[in-house]
Amino acid sequence: MALIAQLAFSLITGIALFFFGKKLMNIRRNIFLGKSLEIKDAPAKRWSNVLILALGQKKMFHNPLVAILHLFVYVGFVIINIELLEIIIDGIAGTHRIFKPYLGDYYDFLINSFEILALLVLIACVIFFTRRNIVNIKRLRSKDLDGWPKSDANAILIIEVVLMGLFLTMNTTDEEADYLISNLLKPIFSGLDSSTLSAIEHTAWWLHILGIYAFMNYLPYSKHLHIVLAFPNAYYAPLTPKGQMHNMVSIQNEVLYAMQPELAPTTSTAPDKFGARDVMDLSWKNLMDAYSCTECGRCSAACPANNTGKLLSPRKIMMATRDRLEEVGKNLDSNKKFVEDGKSLLHDYISVEELRACTTCNACVEECPVSISPLDIIIELRRSLVMEESNAPVEWNGMFSNIENNFAPWKFSPDDRDAWTKEA
Amino acid sequence: MKVNTMADFRARGEKPEVLFWVGCAGSFDQRAQKITKAFATILDKAGIQYAVLGKEEACTGDPARRAGNEFMFQMMAYQNIQVLNGYEIKKIVTTCPHCFNTLKNEYPELGGVYDVIHHTTFLQELIEQGKIKFTDSNEWKGKSITYHDSCYLGRANDIYEAPRKVLESLDMELREMKRCKSKGLCCGAGGAQMFKEEEKGEKRINMERADEAIETKAEFVASACPFCNTMMTDGIKNRDEEVNTSVLDIAEIVAMAIQ
Repeated sequence: MALIAQLAFSLITGIALFFFGKKLMNIRRNIFLGKSLEIKDAPAKRWSNVLILALGQKKMFHNPLVAILHLFVYVGFVIINIELLEIIIDGIAGTHRIFKPYLGDYYDFLINSFEILALLVLIACVIFFTRRNIVNIKRLRSKDLDGWPKSDANAILIIEVVLMGLFLTMNTTDEEADYLISNLLKPIFSGLDSSTLSAIEHTAWWLHILGIYAFMNYLPYSKHLHIVLAFPNAYYAPLTPKGQMHNMVSIQNEVLYAMQPELAPTTSTAPDKFGARDVMDLSWKNLMDAYSCTECGRCSAACPANNTGKLLSPRKIMMATRDRLEEVGKNLDSNKKFVEDGKSLLHDYISVEELRACTTCNACVEECPVSISPLDIIIELRRSLVMEESNAPVEWNGMFSNIENNFAPWKFSPDDRDAWTKEA
Repeated sequence: MKVNTMADFRARGEKPEVLFWVGCAGSFDQRAQKITKAFATILDKAGIQYAVLGKEEACTGDPARRAGNEFMFQMMAYQNIQVLNGYEIKKIVTTCPHCFNTLKNEYPELGGVYDVIHHTTFLQELIEQGKIKFTDSNEWKGKSITYHDSCYLGRANDIYEAPRKVLESLDMELREMKRCKSKGLCCGAGGAQMFKEEEKGEKRINMERADEAIETKAEFVASACPFCNTMMTDGIKNRDEEVNTSVLDIAEIVAMAIQ
């Protein structure tokens, strides 16, 4: 019987890890459908961003209360998972608390810490659930989250509460265990005989570990993936001033060769596309941004366009990019190569009206706790609109022609540019 | 006051300390011209050897680039860099955060490398060095003012303190709006919005920002960008508050206080 349990456990562990690994590789492939972008400079600065922004969660601390609750969940999640090592070894070897004899007092200290953290995670998740569903917080009530995203967020919180509950139940019903939090819970199970307690302990143990495996496999489909991608995303975050836009070297050269034809190479290859019409035209960093998005909506809450009732929501830009990328990924999975589906990120997922509302103010970029730039995607899509489709509002076309003919965005004579000096 | 061009300096075989990049708004917009003149006056009184490009200056290409028209941007950049490099320009000061951002951050990759400084930073330095002296009867003292952060100066380039320090050096009472510094709300003009109708929504962005400024009950709103200036002025006028609150550029405030 015990052997069957050990075998079953090993098999389930193997399957859970296999599917998790497979999905991660799938996401990795999707991210690298994006255009190449070499980021190899300033490793020291980049590691410090990982420490400060991802590990230290600097931007979360704009709201200290939420930051501390989030920190409980995050530290709890990471540290309690150390205990997983013992659970997995116990499961495979059929042992019970295998580390206890080796670690002695230190073991008790660890489990006590895990229990305190588990309680903090549980409390934080209940508060977050209340904030999300009962307290009226605009960014958490937005229509961006209608449907799956809202269920996803609630599912994560419920799963965390259940997992922490199971962890504590497992310790409470373990008669040999003597730990801080579970001792407080012992009265709940008073009056039960040893065999019942042991049955509850075993059930809780199994449900806990199965729950962890299930959650692990849910992670890549969820906004919760940020717990993994926040780190590389912080590392690869741009180090240039936020106002600096990506240069389009192909166009720079085209202008240069038009002005100085003697510099033009004999075999010049113009790019087939300007800007981004679909996810494959974006950079891999843009695509990693999309998978890193936690859908927290701090970007949209700070966006001047969104604040004043415009259609644009930077969060929705990121969610749409991820949705489209997942769709392209599925297309690849079933057809081996991408088969044209008559859709694109631009128009089908993100509308012209949304793109036109952006003031490029960088508020969304500034706010994002996990180093995402929705602005970068907006600009790439705008480039495609204007340069591929000649799709610009009439006033912008006027502005372009004024710049071209009068060297100013307005229709003034260039001869009057210094007129002010005569009155000075 | 005579404003010299780079061509004037070249004709004399001299070079100015700094090029004053006026920008399109500063050159053509009637309201922004006042800011240009105020800043030129300060440079003159502080004894700075400066020049403008005059008719040789052209749009940096910022609004075209942000609208998505990279071709137009590259054309303008090429042209401007030819002129700037032709005059061997080393240092540029500008009153427009959009020009500032483009010249400082986006021209270097294209071969235009200069020491670019925004006029608020320049003014702060001149005050610190004692090159700008205020009149004894400082009329700004104790006057309440709120500073509106320009996105292209603030978030885009992390300049939050220089403009505030200038106002503090005049002993003005600085009142912050609800959203300020890195959280500052855009005036609504950036990203080439200045040159088109706003998309449909519940409120205009400049009205949202003007309401925040009015809420501070400050007598003055300080701007550091000609586009922000226009947007804030329009917003405040729209609320019939122009009697209580006037929008002034940092350069105009300094120019009025100078000896």
